[in-house]
Amino acid sequence: MYSRSFDYVAPASLEEAFTALGDDSKVMAGGMSLIPLMKMRLFSPGTVVDIGRISGLDTVEDAGDHISIGALVRHATTASDALIATHAAALGMAASLTGDVQVRNRGTTCGSLAHADVAADQPAAAIACRATMVAQSASGTREIGSESFCVDAMTSALRSDEILVAIKIPKAGPGEGSAYDKLGRRGGHSDYAVAGAAAWVKKSNGTVEDARVALTGVGTRAMLAEGVGQAIIGTDGSDAAIKAAADKALEGVTVLEDLYGSVEYKSHLAKVFVARALKAALANAG
Amino acid sequence: MFLRPEPKGVFMNVSMTVNGRSVSADVEPRTLLVHLIRENLHLTGTHVGCETGYCGACTVHLDGKPVKSCTMLAVQAEGANIMTIEGLANNGELHPVQEGFWERHGLQCGFCTPGMIMAAAALLQDNNNPSEEEIRHGIEGNLCRCTGYHNIVRAVEYAGAKMRGEEPAAPDWEEVS
Amino acid sequence: MATTSVMGGSIRRREDPALIQGYGEYVDDLTRTGLLHVAFLRSTVARAKITRLDTSAAKEMPGVIAVYTHEDVAHLGPLLAQVPIGKLRPLLAAGEVNHVGEAVAMVMAETRYQAQDALDGIEVDYDILPAVIDLKKAASDETKVHDELESNVIHTWTYHGYWAALGLEDQTPQVDAAMERDDAVVVSLEMTNQRLIPVAIEPRSVLAEYNPGYGCFTVHSSTQVPHALGGAIATTFGMRSTEVRVIAPEVGGGFGSKLNVYNDEILVSFAAKALGRPVKWTETRREAAGSTIHGRGWIGTASLVGTKDGQFLGYKLDAIADMGAYTQNFTVAIPLLGLWIASGQYKMPISWTVACVVTNTMTTDAYRGAGRPEAIYYLERVIDAYAREIGMDPFEVRKKNFWQPDEFPATMGCGFSLDSGNYAAAVDKLIEVSDYAGMRDRQEKARAEGRLVGIGVGSYVEVCGFGPAVLAEIGFSWTNYGLPASFNGSGLVRVNPDATVTVVIGTGPTGQGHETTWAQIVGDGLGVPVDDIRVLHGDTREHPMGIGTFGSRSISVDGTATFEATKKVREKAAKIAAHLLEASAEDIVFGDGAAHVAGSPEKSVTWKAIAKSAYQAHTSPEDVDSGLEAHTAFSPGNATWPFGTHLAMVEVDPDTGDVKILEYHTVDDCGNVISPMIVNGQIQGGIAQGIGQAMFEDAIYDQEGNMLTGSLMDYTLPTAADLPSFDLHRTVTPSPINPMGVKGIGEAGTIGSAHTMVNAVVDAVAPLGVKHIDMPLRPKRVWEAMQEARA
Repeated sequence: MYSRSFDYVAPASLEEAFTALGDDSKVMAGGMSLIPLMKMRLFSPGTVVDIGRISGLDTVEDAGDHISIGALVRHATTASDALIATHAAALGMAASLTGDVQVRNRGTTCGSLAHADVAADQPAAAIACRATMVAQSASGTREIGSESFCVDAMTSALRSDEILVAIKIPKAGPGEGSAYDKLGRRGGHSDYAVAGAAAWVKKSNGTVEDARVALTGVGTRAMLAEGVGQAIIGTDGSDAAIKAAADKALEGVTVLEDLYGSVEYKSHLAKVFVARALKAALANAG
Repeated sequence: MFLRPEPKGVFMNVSMTVNGRSVSADVEPRTLLVHLIRENLHLTGTHVGCETGYCGACTVHLDGKPVKSCTMLAVQAEGANIMTIEGLANNGELHPVQEGFWERHGLQCGFCTPGMIMAAAALLQDNNNPSEEEIRHGIEGNLCRCTGYHNIVRAVEYAGAKMRGEEPAAPDWEEVS
Repeated sequence: MATTSVMGGSIRRREDPALIQGYGEYVDDLTRTGLLHVAFLRSTVARAKITRLDTSAAKEMPGVIAVYTHEDVAHLGPLLAQVPIGKLRPLLAAGEVNHVGEAVAMVMAETRYQAQDALDGIEVDYDILPAVIDLKKAASDETKVHDELESNVIHTWTYHGYWAALGLEDQTPQVDAAMERDDAVVVSLEMTNQRLIPVAIEPRSVLAEYNPGYGCFTVHSSTQVPHALGGAIATTFGMRSTEVRVIAPEVGGGFGSKLNVYNDEILVSFAAKALGRPVKWTETRREAAGSTIHGRGWIGTASLVGTKDGQFLGYKLDAIADMGAYTQNFTVAIPLLGLWIASGQYKMPISWTVACVVTNTMTTDAYRGAGRPEAIYYLERVIDAYAREIGMDPFEVRKKNFWQPDEFPATMGCGFSLDSGNYAAAVDKLIEVSDYAGMRDRQEKARAEGRLVGIGVGSYVEVCGFGPAVLAEIGFSWTNYGLPASFNGSGLVRVNPDATVTVVIGTGPTGQGHETTWAQIVGDGLGVPVDDIRVLHGDTREHPMGIGTFGSRSISVDGTATFEATKKVREKAAKIAAHLLEASAEDIVFGDGAAHVAGSPEKSVTWKAIAKSAYQAHTSPEDVDSGLEAHTAFSPGNATWPFGTHLAMVEVDPDTGDVKILEYHTVDDCGNVISPMIVNGQIQGGIAQGIGQAMFEDAIYDQEGNMLTGSLMDYTLPTAADLPSFDLHRTVTPSPINPMGVKGIGEAGTIGSAHTMVNAVVDAVAPLGVKHIDMPLRPKRVWEAMQEARA
């Protein structure tokens, strides 16, 4: 209920933020994940670096061949933004199914990615949408592939001196579509995912030319389901093809149980939601 | 033993507008917005029901949007425009949502009510003719343990009708003669 | 809507204007000059000896005024309990801990942040012992929780055995004999009625002040039972009851969780006196999982024996109920409440055994329904399974075995009599208003499309309105808190000199709208507008006697007391009016704020004139004492027995086990209704808590005794998006037990709903061969049951 003491800085620029970042500091955007952890004293950083006052980070931009979602773009924006709906529908759907109205008004897409919760909606959607993470520090900028961004439970590939300033998603061309679906903890789409999946597909002349599918909620991190993508490529995207591809959902995945699902159940759900996400993505692709 | 080296968390001055009034206070960085509202500003209508941002009893409007003030630091609200439940009625005239809660028995113990009303008011501000499903999703960040939500939904429907200038539907409880 | 007083009419609540504008005053809203804040260090292990406890560093931390451990408070003794069977809770851990969350040390500091910070400075070493968590293992005494107790089984309730003086017959041989019959169909189910956390949205909070000059405590607490708390504090500190004033201001929900006297309330009072400063503690939500009582927590096997054509021949329950580590208020008595309604609405012999077992977990006690939802759940689930077994409609099988209207009062094998009922009428109405036939058609069509749609029926009878003197004999009293033994209702009605009316009642409402309902009772009785009536509760200094609010007792016991007090005031006012009008008191009638002579409305005198006269000795009649008030205590001759039947329709996702609630209909009967609006509100909230148990909620300890669902992130409560609107209807069968014919409605919704939901979900997946799924019916449980049945 009451955090331990910390120092607080609210830099006006990224440069100031990099100066403030150290080993015992934590970047905060919306604070929806961080503040509850600090209040429960499960995590007690020495310094909180609030990037909420840095201008220019709260926009979704058309950058030619890709769109860029800034560090302060909130779930509510991601859920309703037209560029995202066109080019990263899965991410928009994930945002609309995250938390509740109040959480979506404060929480950010990038913050959720950096938090790397095992059951969060954003990481799987970002992976499917072929997102690239733009990590910036005083020493420069590096880009990290979304599939290798979530490293472990609550652990991203960000270094402690880095800030996830934006994610870049390639613009969707003709025949491309994506979708996200999950089973929530209270059933339906509620709350964190018991299991969920995001899919991106590219269709051409009735054939699936390319695909990427990712899972959340089943292991220690969101991850690319490579086998599924490969299996659906070259097919007609029929229900039978989807089912065959979904059967490969767990290749290379170590499924872990939690209060909401056994290994067997989550393994089953992974396939169900891979199939549902694929079907919706294919429909979305037109 | 976890002892954080001192000094940490020196007091900072924050200023914001709350219910139309400019206010400022010296707070520790860790002070939650809800504690600033309740303990520094003495506006105790905003409640604290959990510590994980799940119950929504602490919902206030931040620059016109509903947020959970227990999951925000007071310092994050520097310069913001906040409205709490105490600021919702207009010169003694109840907001239609407040009226709806009264007319349709949308509250029992009243503890979740301020947050629930703030969430519902924000919902109707964006869409004054929501479906039942939209209402239910619009207030899913606010837990009520007393009403089963049935009459809260009726209260929001009542308020929506009022805001549209329509006659609200009659209450659905059966009168007994 | 008019705010006139009409019994049986819905008026806007008197409580609401403050609450909807944020002006309601809850305990944590209060502050005082020099206020100190409390934080508790709580055990992180389930069972251990404390080998070292060092608070010296904490005492030196910023803002810290004092740190207490057991030694500081041992002289106060353990926490008083009303039914002290088992081990009583030490105020602070006495050299050992017995559940995660047990209070080990207590910090008083200048701010709540500093109090919390100081917990980091307390060092405690535990010598960890094996925790006893599993109920069956606990019952086997393989490992004992408390060395000083003979067994982990601290009490066993049997159907005929609790009330020895009545010499009740053990019906077990009848049930056993029925099971041996050639034509008997016996259906048994082993089921869990899982442990729940009540989660009133307002966390508990207590603010204590002690004035040494006056020698008095003033304690504000978020409690359902201010008088019991006042009595417990007085008893603990060796004071007189008038030296302890307890105030329950607005209380943000209770559901039984605030019907305990808690160690923190005693400790905060102690600290206020010892430190000479006001002290406040407000529970955090995660803390509540180990400091506020839990409910339910039963495992058991229910068996129903009947004929092939649906005639019940007997019912048997063999269950274990989890008491937690320490006994608090009613802990051990909770299953007894279930025992009294063990036979539900049905006439049949009963064999019923519930063993009360201690474990290394938080104490269980009364949570909405308290023993009754558990008892009804076992009965109604196994009836459902039996109906399915013999291929009979679930309504039909129930109707065939109900007590008939001409059999009331119907004396059950447990010794109590059901006061009134027309059970089949409620079912018939439900069948009609829900279009049950249409629901079955829609189900059939859905099934033909391969969809899993289910319809569940669940009946219940409730025992409530605790007040009969016989209950005091078996522990339902506040005797151990130094208060009068029996749970009499209390109502004081005073017409003030300006003709406004003050009503002082002994209840402890937590949202039930007593200020409105009681104003209706009094307004109707005196013929004054409800706007002129102010109803006071929750302050022990004002109330002659108070029991609190729980067990759906307020309206039938305290409400009746107020009804009777109103009558006395009216009779006295009639004498005064007769005097003023020079008429006979028998001819005086009241209405529209005045009294007039029957048949001569022009011959009238206003309440203002009557009140004025009553308070001026020179104008009141010679044979009437001055003043215009009456206090009445009421002890009913029996409990009241509300009933009803619920009906749910659900759809299960065959791929995920996800359940969607499509429809929910009820017919409830709580006797006469004063405010349909408030009664419906109680039922709706009750249903949501029943559905919460059926679908979402589960207080889970792992085998080491760690609480896995201590925050609302993991203790998943139903939200608005998870529930449907409810279609409520009623029948009205007045109770003969009290003059208003009312029964109580606080818990009925919860008692009627959990099994209805499970019956519906099992019906949905029954075509696959599923016979039972334990609550909560999370998607994983439903899917696993389907998998098992398919295999």
